Amino acid sequence: MKARVTVTLKSGILDPQGKAIEGALKSLGVEGVASVRQGKVFDIEFAGADKARAEAALKDAAEKLLANTVIENYRVEVTG
Amino acid sequence: MKSAVLVFPGINRERDMARTLTLISGVAPAMVWHAETALPAGTDLVVIPGGFSYGDYLRCGAIAARAPIMDAVRAHAQKGGLVLAICNGFQIACEAGLLPGVLMRNARLKFLCKDVYLRVERSDTPFSRGYNAGQVIRVPTAHGEGNYVADAGTIARLEGEGRVLYRYVAPDGALDPAWNVNGSTNAIAGILNARGNVLGMMPHPENHVEAAMGCTDGRGLFAGLVEHVARAA
Repeated sequence: MKARVTVTLKSGILDPQGKAIEGALKSLGVEGVASVRQGKVFDIEFAGADKARAEAALKDAAEKLLANTVIENYRVEVTG
Repeated sequence: MKSAVLVFPGINRERDMARTLTLISGVAPAMVWHAETALPAGTDLVVIPGGFSYGDYLRCGAIAARAPIMDAVRAHAQKGGLVLAICNGFQIACEAGLLPGVLMRNARLKFLCKDVYLRVERSDTPFSRGYNAGQVIRVPTAHGEGNYVADAGTIARLEGEGRVLYRYVAPDGALDPAWNVNGSTNAIAGILNARGNVLGMMPHPENHVEAAMGCTDGRGLFAGLVEHVARAA
């Protein structure tokens, strides 16, 4: 099974990297960019076919390691 | 004072720390590999040194914080044992839940390698008894992610309980955004845990302890620890 965990900064947390990317996009003349927030994507191959078990395990992974929940939110998607 | 310096892959300040501890306490520290599950018996002080553990992969300190030795460090802290976490060590201590908050990318995005001025906010802690309250010390700093962030409630608690021990200031001791080098909330450079036996700080006092280094302002921190342990014994 394939799964994806997406980790993003919580709103209100300063994201200087996102700001720098935003500035670069604007200087490249990319139109309509109002703001940029940078995050992380983890593509994970999961052994077995039990979707509920995979979701629970990946939530555990996100809580224990992939995200720092002081500053980050995460989303788990099992894509099958 | 019996000290133990943790060693993780990618750490690079452990020898500076061992040299300073040997110089000031007169006893060489035990170097403890991350895969160990116990600290040497009778350890008074655990030091989590600076560097780039695991190449700063995922988040600074995130992987080291989950290493086997960290359970022993948490148990040591719960018993009231001293923990000094410097630079990458501070990041590891936050990720391990020993200290609140997180160290984010420096506000101006640059890796900083320069001396900074710190104001010692209190002198009645094991980590600052070698100084006077309000004293300004000059110590080196070298980090890309030292911007201390925590939620408003945590910051209020840290301030209200006197747990901000070191703050980035101008050379005269005044708070000044220009001298808050990494943009930390409230110019926080070092904080204590609730019990006061764990200190995390970004700058490197261990690198200003001998005349040949051009400054000895860092000695007070280590001399204070030695005195604290001697009196407690």
